[in-house]
Amino acid sequence: MIVNGFKDLGLPLMNIVKLRGTPILQQLVLEERLLRSSFENWCIINDGTNVPTIVMGMSGKPCELVELEPVVKDGIPVIKRFTGGGTVIVDESTVFVSLICNRDDVPNVQPYPRSVMAWSGSLYSHVFNGISGFQLRENDYVFGDRKFGGNAQSITRNRWIHHTSFLWDYNENNMAYLKLPSRVPQYRLERDHTDFVCRMKDYIERSVFIEKTINAVGTQFLLKELSLDEIDDSRREHLESTRLLTMDELKESLANTSRIKSIAQAV
Amino acid sequence: MASRLLCASSMIASHLRISISQRGFSSVVLKDLKYADSHEWVKIEGNKATVGITDHAQEHLGDVVYVELPDVGRSVSQGESFGAVESVKATSDINSPVSGKVFQVNQNLSESPALVNSSPYEQGWIIKVELSDAGEVKKLMDSDKYSKFCEEEDAKH
Repeated sequence: MIVNGFKDLGLPLMNIVKLRGTPILQQLVLEERLLRSSFENWCIINDGTNVPTIVMGMSGKPCELVELEPVVKDGIPVIKRFTGGGTVIVDESTVFVSLICNRDDVPNVQPYPRSVMAWSGSLYSHVFNGISGFQLRENDYVFGDRKFGGNAQSITRNRWIHHTSFLWDYNENNMAYLKLPSRVPQYRLERDHTDFVCRMKDYIERSVFIEKTINAVGTQFLLKELSLDEIDDSRREHLESTRLLTMDELKESLANTSRIKSIAQAV
Repeated sequence: MASRLLCASSMIASHLRISISQRGFSSVVLKDLKYADSHEWVKIEGNKATVGITDHAQEHLGDVVYVELPDVGRSVSQGESFGAVESVKATSDINSPVSGKVFQVNQNLSESPALVNSSPYEQGWIIKVELSDAGEVKKLMDSDKYSKFCEEEDAKH
């Protein structure tokens, strides 16, 4: 089914997949497969995920990024994803938008992070047109100086993915599972989490945001809507790196952290 | 004056085996290396090769904060990914310009990934490979072709 009614102006095709409440691990595994094994363009929108989950970037270390004791005690899942970037805790109030593109279908974008980010920033400027204060600031989407969208990418030889987790709303208690990272954007200026982020629901309706995002993508691509069942992700020649950390791994990390603390205190 | 400076720098560059492009900013391209169109360099010494990413690549990637290295003993194929660098929220594949078996990886990059930025052709080398097909090197670009390739790529954007 073709979604946008525009005539084909020689625009490249983009498959659009609308999900709701899909587990974030399932979403990320699917994205990694599509990036590595598909030759098509994809826009995946997941309107909230089912349970609160911590998601770290490729190089993330739980002991540095996560408050391990409450995470282990409360059984919060921790995922390591295939893209770069920082750590987030996501839940039913997070809206995810992922864009997987062939390099040749977006020829004005170089396969480097800043170029991809500039393109996506321009795309979302159309979505948030009329809302004062929206900008891409360093690598985040902000209203003013408050972040509401975090970005990450993975770039291969001929394709790239740019995906964003938008804070439609958030639970302040969940934020307490995350440590302050060592690498923070300059504009953060030592603010704690609650002073640094804002809720997208204070600026735009959820359904309006999703509709406007689809429309913005539709100005550059010919959209074709697919359901999850219609996706052929059977080609899996690549090594899958997205994974759920086991509870044993988290407990071992906690034990090591406690050991190091005890030694430091004893010295 | 400007032309004399350019002449002097070209002579120095020639002595140091460096190509300097005529663009506003210049990335370093070394003359004794071969280059892939995905911006990796390779230094061939007999049937062994050292691989890294170019100055052009590290400039465009930004600060490298992590390098995912392959295991020693792993096979690599020309044009295929063997690892990744992380920079500015992105992981970017590193593709091998040659085929063979990895016999050494640069462990210093685990502690100091920024070596890829500060010294892409020297201390920032990534893997060493025992070649399985030396003839593949003919498919790579020399320094002049690679410099031109970079200029054309940047001019398009």
